[in-house]
Amino acid sequence: MLSIKNLHASINDKEILKGINLEIKAGEVHAIMGPNGSGKSTLSSVIAGKEEYEVTEGSVVLNNEDLEDLAPEERAHKGIFLSFQYPIEIPGVTVTNFIKTAINETRKAKGLDELPAKDMLKLIREKADLLEIDRKFLSRSLNEGFSGGEKKRNEIFQMAMLEPQLAILDETDSGLDIDALKVVANGVNKLKNKDNAVLVITHYQRLLDYIVPDYVHVLYNGKIVKSGGKELALELEEKGYDWLK
Amino acid sequence: MDLKEKLVTSFLAFENKGGLDLDSNVHSIRSKAIQNFEKEGFPTKKDEEWKYTSLNSLLKHDFSLFPETKKAVGFKNVKEFLINDIESYTLIFIDGVFSSFLSDTTHDDCDVCVLSSALTRPKYKMVVDNYFNTIAKDNNSLSDLNTAFAKEGAFINIPKNTIVPKPIQILNFSTGSESEVMIQPRNLVVVGENSHVQIIERHQNLSKNTVLTNAVTEIFVHKRAIVDYYKIQNDTETSSLIDSTFVSQKQQSVASVHTYSFGGKLTRNNLEFYHEGEHITSNLNGISILNNKQHVDNHTLVNHKHPNCESHELYKGIYADKSTGVFNGKVIVQQEAQKTNAFQQNNNILMDDGASINAKPQLEIFADDVKCSHGCTIGQLDDSALFYMQSRGIPKKEAKALLLFAFGNDVVEKIKIPQLKTRITKLIAKNLGVELGFEF
Repeated sequence: MLSIKNLHASINDKEILKGINLEIKAGEVHAIMGPNGSGKSTLSSVIAGKEEYEVTEGSVVLNNEDLEDLAPEERAHKGIFLSFQYPIEIPGVTVTNFIKTAINETRKAKGLDELPAKDMLKLIREKADLLEIDRKFLSRSLNEGFSGGEKKRNEIFQMAMLEPQLAILDETDSGLDIDALKVVANGVNKLKNKDNAVLVITHYQRLLDYIVPDYVHVLYNGKIVKSGGKELALELEEKGYDWLK
Repeated sequence: MDLKEKLVTSFLAFENKGGLDLDSNVHSIRSKAIQNFEKEGFPTKKDEEWKYTSLNSLLKHDFSLFPETKKAVGFKNVKEFLINDIESYTLIFIDGVFSSFLSDTTHDDCDVCVLSSALTRPKYKMVVDNYFNTIAKDNNSLSDLNTAFAKEGAFINIPKNTIVPKPIQILNFSTGSESEVMIQPRNLVVVGENSHVQIIERHQNLSKNTVLTNAVTEIFVHKRAIVDYYKIQNDTETSSLIDSTFVSQKQQSVASVHTYSFGGKLTRNNLEFYHEGEHITSNLNGISILNNKQHVDNHTLVNHKHPNCESHELYKGIYADKSTGVFNGKVIVQQEAQKTNAFQQNNNILMDDGASINAKPQLEIFADDVKCSHGCTIGQLDDSALFYMQSRGIPKKEAKALLLFAFGNDVVEKIKIPQLKTRITKLIAKNLGVELGFEF
């Protein structure tokens, strides 16, 4: 599904990613772990198409299509979803209006008609229930004044609405207490199926107790220095990152 | 002959053919006003209040001062500029002349009619003597100029204890019969005790010709009365507007003036509130969305003279291309005006490098037990917010529009007439160049 080959990327002429190779197939869960500053968030931003980053070498290919020239929204239309580490507050735009716009723009890009208001409402309620989101929450301004847990839950709610092929969860566990973590992980697991894939980016092993990866990769200084099964995460938790340097 | 000379020399001819009794109060007011204008002339950039707005290029035109309408204007020509889907009283002026054919006036429970009859008919002598030019007097040379030629405009006289059942729309149209036209509408609004009225005002050029409108509106709000006044400024690129609005409020009254500036070559708004009692509320809301080389200048004043009054001021601006804006918000709290609550906020977004805004909050507080605040921001659209929205599939253009809408939303939310709110929302969408798939 996603194929990253020899990916080099820089920001303001500073090279952050120095040759990443990664293959993700439908139905798989991959985790990328690594110390601060290793390039984890850069990798997720580059896949999502953030303009500040320049890809200097290599490629990101989704379903045999090179993403290089695609704008972030076009990547979203093709099935990429990035859950932000720090979701942005947008005063004046309600959660409902935002997700409606996102869904209908995505449908428009696929040549589909707008989703009728009744169906939209039904879908919103169904997904809100899945993530144990209070209905009142949906008419609040997007992320404005949300707690850390509410922000992350809202991210997964949007993911549930958009049903992406590849969901990238960037430090989704940061700022979450254990109960919120369980709700979020449970949501992700319910959305998981054989046709989609999840890339979990995390600092700690904790989240991986709940979203169990098929593969774990260690990112260090812009490169994947080690890959393995889920037991690698436990090993990292125990030994830290120093032994891999 | 420059415009000032032309105006001054035209005055006598204007007065002679006006059909007024030359001993009348109105005549002496006009004569005094033209003397003041002759002395002061048009403001220049040396004048502190006009530092960022120049009239120079406008004053070079050879304006026709008393335009004649040759072409008939039918309802189909003006329909789109009315808020159509509500019942309303309408006062429609074509090139400064009242069109009884297009208008819908009343004298039933209140007077919704024209200033020309108010100035000449004995029935309204008291109203005119008590109110006409009492707040606009000695304010500035442009208001004086309007007063000198004050002849036509809306006259709205609401007796006490009257809820006017439908909004009143005042529309000033200019046509293409003369190439360069100056018009000077003059409105007088008197709202009696406990009464309530909603007014929507618009100036619209129906041609491609150069139009300069120098309008003055005086609004008197008596005890416990409520006035909502909406100004739609969305004129063509060859039209300029100088709009002075003076509001005098008695105790416990609530007056709100909303100004939507979406177009025109140059727009200067002077909006002034004077308090004549306690427990008064004044609301000033404005949103400006400009592009190309348009210019808008919002000069506001709230003069708190008595204790226990409030003012709430919220102005937002979105400036694209090479458009320019000015916000000058003056709040005076006089020594006797204890327990005043005065809040002012001005937020601006500059969309392009060529756009600019000069913002100047001016608070003069002489009382010590007051709550006053002001905030002013000038910024750009947040790139991280745009990326966030794009990453959810919302294209950049729509994402920008959504952010800008959200930015202006708290001003739009204050509109109390739903159909007007829809219209303003559509105008904003049009000005931002988007179609929205949702409603706010």
